[in-house]
Amino acid sequence: MSMATPQTAVWHHRTPKTRLAMWAGWLACVALFVWCWEMMTERTIWAFVYDAPVAANDLLGRAFPPKWDYIERLLWPLWDTMNIATLGTLLGIVLAVPLAFLAASNTTPSRHILRPAALFLIVASRSINSLIWALLLVSILGPGILAGIIAIGLRSVGFIGKLLYEAIEETDIRQIEAVTATGASQAQILNYGIVPQVLPTFFGISVFRWDINIRESAILGLVGAGGIGLQLQASMSVLAWNQVSLILLVILGTVVVSEWVSAKVRHAII
Amino acid sequence: MSDAAYPTQWRRPPMMVKSRFWRIALTVGAIIYLVLALGTIEVNYARVVEGLSRAQRFVAGFLQPDFTSRSRDIWIGIAESLTMTFTSTVVGVLISIPIGLGAARNIAPRAVYLVCRSIIAVSRSLQEVIIAIFFVALFGFGAFAGFLTLSFATIGFIGKLLAEDIEDIDEAQAEAIRATGASWVQLVNYGIQPQVMPRLIGLSLYRLDINFRESAVIGIVGAGGIGGTLNTALGRYEYDTAGAILLIIIAIVMVAEYSSGYLRRFLK
Repeated sequence: MSMATPQTAVWHHRTPKTRLAMWAGWLACVALFVWCWEMMTERTIWAFVYDAPVAANDLLGRAFPPKWDYIERLLWPLWDTMNIATLGTLLGIVLAVPLAFLAASNTTPSRHILRPAALFLIVASRSINSLIWALLLVSILGPGILAGIIAIGLRSVGFIGKLLYEAIEETDIRQIEAVTATGASQAQILNYGIVPQVLPTFFGISVFRWDINIRESAILGLVGAGGIGLQLQASMSVLAWNQVSLILLVILGTVVVSEWVSAKVRHAII
Repeated sequence: MSDAAYPTQWRRPPMMVKSRFWRIALTVGAIIYLVLALGTIEVNYARVVEGLSRAQRFVAGFLQPDFTSRSRDIWIGIAESLTMTFTSTVVGVLISIPIGLGAARNIAPRAVYLVCRSIIAVSRSLQEVIIAIFFVALFGFGAFAGFLTLSFATIGFIGKLLAEDIEDIDEAQAEAIRATGASWVQLVNYGIQPQVMPRLIGLSLYRLDINFRESAVIGIVGAGGIGGTLNTALGRYEYDTAGAILLIIIAIVMVAEYSSGYLRRFLK
């Protein structure tokens, strides 16, 4: 790397050629940025942007103090939100566990057909956000928490499936061989050789996903999938910003509590 | 002690909860919760049956996506999403570097540390969609609000991971630079930057990937990008166009995931 050519008295970290290449690379990045910026702001109405400080002032003035007595009408949606997150996580687990065993290279029954299919399902589920799943399901099932639960479940499949199949692939082969050597059947190998090894990871992943799902289920109501987001949407559409600020505080509190619970549980397991 | 005290059959010891009382209590609690929670689900079966034909049309639309009839809207949405993703990642990373430096306990004074950590905490605790709602209210509809949202979210993500990375550096190298009488800027440039740069580039690529996914979502609340196009298509019940948009999103996410993974391995 550090080639000091005999002619120069000063040491340089890189050769002139590398420096030129890096300079060209940075120039390309800047040019791409400027081009993207131009394209992005093509349709921006700058009057609104310049007006933002006034708007922000106005908004904050309306949002504070929060309308505290509105909290009575938030308790039931909050319970719905918890249910969407918990039942959605359970649905995700139920769907993800078989997929993970199909996708892991050491437990898959067919390496060429089922494994790629399972991997595709896992990637597809992960690349679509739960809000988009909810948007689809609300237009199919109608508004309500069922759409929210299924949306959360379908998004969780990819997350839990991916982390779980990686955990299954990392299991200690010696324990599995020991169980195999006793003459155990395939199901027994799974039950006594693999499951005990991945169980702590599995619970850790599930609780982690539950924590993420609490955050996501709080906003699913924006597209009509139940929970506290419905109240958020209703308050925003009548521009009741003092209700919006209270809802945001409630969401923030729930997120902090769920994060604390999940950290405690994961700490206890692992 | 008689022989009968020794069990002749092996039973697997409990794997998670050791005490018998808590095992039973947890199971009963879980069952009670499930009954209560499942009881609150209200399903309007008439609506579901009506929706099934839509589900059928959606599946059909997904299998026979229509890329052409709304190609202009799709193209504008994709271009907005991609440009928004790139610019917001660049700006977000540029802002998060000083904040990450300030949030590293080993190189920043306590007051700066607390300020930077609280900026990171605020940015991380709010959902992108909620931030987007506010920025749309302040800056009007369109990609600019989306750009600000994603930049803001990037600051928390990169800032936190960068700060943790700086806290984990090999102190011996920083010590060697300090011993030459280097200033703080020189310490950062020669002692810390070479150690964290590869990881910072990796994190930025990862965030680029996340920002694209998020850009598909924040459009639903009006912050520009492909999400808005998708929302419109579903609102018009044009499931074939929606299917096409979803397929494009999945394809771009997959390409981004594989290429960023490849690039990160290459840069290591």
